[in-house]
Amino acid sequence: MLSLHPPGWGGNLLRGLVSSVEIAVGAFGLGLLIGVCGAWGKLYGGPMVRDLFGLYTTIVRAVPELVLILMLYFAGTDLVNRVLELFGYAPVDINGLVAGIGVLGVVQGAYSTEVLRGAILAVPQGQIEAARAYGMPGGLLLRRIPLPAMLPFAIPGLANLWLIATKDTALLAVVGFNELTQTTRLAAGATKAYFTFFLAAGILYLALTLFSNAIIGRVERWARRGQPPIAEAR
Amino acid sequence: MTLETAALRRAAKASLWLQPHRIVLMLAAVVIVLAAIRFMRWDWLPAYMPLALEGIWRTIWLLVVTATLGISLAIPLGLAQAAGPPWLAVPARAFCTVIRGTPLLLQLWLLYYGLGSLFPQFPWIRESFLWPYLRQAWPYGVLSLTLSYAGYEGEVMRGAFAGVPRGQLEAARAFGMSRWTAFRRIWLKQALQRALPTLAGETVLQLKATPLVATITMIDVYAVASRVRQETFVTYEPLLLLALVYMAITGVIVFLFRRLEARIPNRLG
Repeated sequence: MLSLHPPGWGGNLLRGLVSSVEIAVGAFGLGLLIGVCGAWGKLYGGPMVRDLFGLYTTIVRAVPELVLILMLYFAGTDLVNRVLELFGYAPVDINGLVAGIGVLGVVQGAYSTEVLRGAILAVPQGQIEAARAYGMPGGLLLRRIPLPAMLPFAIPGLANLWLIATKDTALLAVVGFNELTQTTRLAAGATKAYFTFFLAAGILYLALTLFSNAIIGRVERWARRGQPPIAEAR
Repeated sequence: MTLETAALRRAAKASLWLQPHRIVLMLAAVVIVLAAIRFMRWDWLPAYMPLALEGIWRTIWLLVVTATLGISLAIPLGLAQAAGPPWLAVPARAFCTVIRGTPLLLQLWLLYYGLGSLFPQFPWIRESFLWPYLRQAWPYGVLSLTLSYAGYEGEVMRGAFAGVPRGQLEAARAFGMSRWTAFRRIWLKQALQRALPTLAGETVLQLKATPLVATITMIDVYAVASRVRQETFVTYEPLLLLALVYMAITGVIVFLFRRLEARIPNRLG
C-alpha cells in the first residue's frame, strides 16, 4: 500500500510532504518579512504604528490558527475577487498554495515580530553607539553590529517558529488543501487502512522535524561562534 | 492628602494611557463595531444561542480537563528526564520528541480513525465495559489533547526541575525531610513556580488547539460556528464572534495565571 507507484500511495504521500514543506518555507519567509517590519515598527515606529502592531500580534496570538485560517481564507479570496471585479477582471480561483502561504505567513508574522523584537532589544545599545562613533554608515552598521549580535538571541525562537510552521501546514487539510495530512486522509479513506497511513505520515513529519533539528543545531553553533557555550543548569 | 495624591497618580496614569492617538483608535473601533452591528447579519444569533453556550462550555471543559490531566502526566515525564535513570529518561524523552515532532491534527486522526478502526476487530474490546465510550468521539479528543499537553509540558518541567538549585534539595534533606516531603515541599513547588509563566503561554496554546476536535465530530464552540455557516450561509459573522469568544477566554486564562504568579514570593533560592 505504501509503494511508490500507483496501486500504492507512497508517491502521493511524498508529494504531499513536498507541498507541505513548500508552504512551510513560504509561510516562514513571509512571516520573517512581516516580523522584521513588525519589530522595526514596534521598536522605532510612531505611537500609532506601535499600537497597531500591538493589536495585530495580540489578536493573532489569542485566536486559534484554525479560525484565522478560515477567516483569512474566505475573506482573502473574497477580497481579491472583489478588487478584480472592481477593475473589470473576471474573478479567479485563488491558488491553494498561495492562499496557504499567505494565511500561515500572517500567523507566523505575529510570532516572529515578538521573537525579533526581543532579540533586537537584547543587543547592548553601547555596541551600536560605538559603531556610530567610529563613523560607520547605516547599512554597514546594521550588517556588522546588530544583525550578527542579535542572531544568537533570535535563532532559538525562529527555530521554534519553523517547527511550528511545518506542523501548522497540517491545519490546511481542514480547508481541503492537498498537503501531507489531507493526502493521508484521502489515502486512508480509499484503502481503509487508517492506522497504517496516519502512522506513515507521522513518521514523515517526525523525520522532517529531526532533520530540521540537526540543521538548526549547526546554524546555532555557527551563530554563537566565539561565545561561551550555554551550560545546562546543574 | 494621601487620597489626593492617589487620585492624582490615577489621573496621570489614565492620561498616559489615553493619548490622543489612542482616542482616535478607540473611536475607530467603536465605529467598526457599530457598523458591524448595523450592516452585518445577526438574525441567526437567537436561534443558535443555546447551542453556542453549550459549545463554549464544552471548550472550557475540554481545556480544563486536558490541561489538568496533561500536567499530572508532565510532572513524572519531566522528573524522569531531569533526574531519572536512563531506562526511564530515554522513553520519556522519546515520547516528548514524538509528540512535539508531529502535528496535533495528525495525532488526533491517528487515534480516532486509526485506533478507532482497529478496535472493532478484537471481540474482547467490543465486549468490555469500555466499548460504549470507545464508540464515541470525546475520549479520543480528550486523550490526544492530554498527550499533546503532557508532551510539551514534560519538556518545560524538565527544564524547571533541572533549574532548581541543588543546595535547596540538600538543605531540605539536612533538615531531616524525607525524600517524598522534600520533593513535594521544595523541588516540585519551586519547579512549578519557575515554570508558571511558560505554563500560562502553553495553556493559551492548548486553548487554541481545542477547535481541532471539531474535525472528529465533537461539538465545541468552533463546531457550532461552522454549523451556523453551513446552515445559514452566513460566513463572516459567526467567525468574528468566534474570534471574540476565544480572545475572551484567552484573557481569562492570562488573568488567572497572573493571579497565581502574584502569590509567589519574589525571592527564589
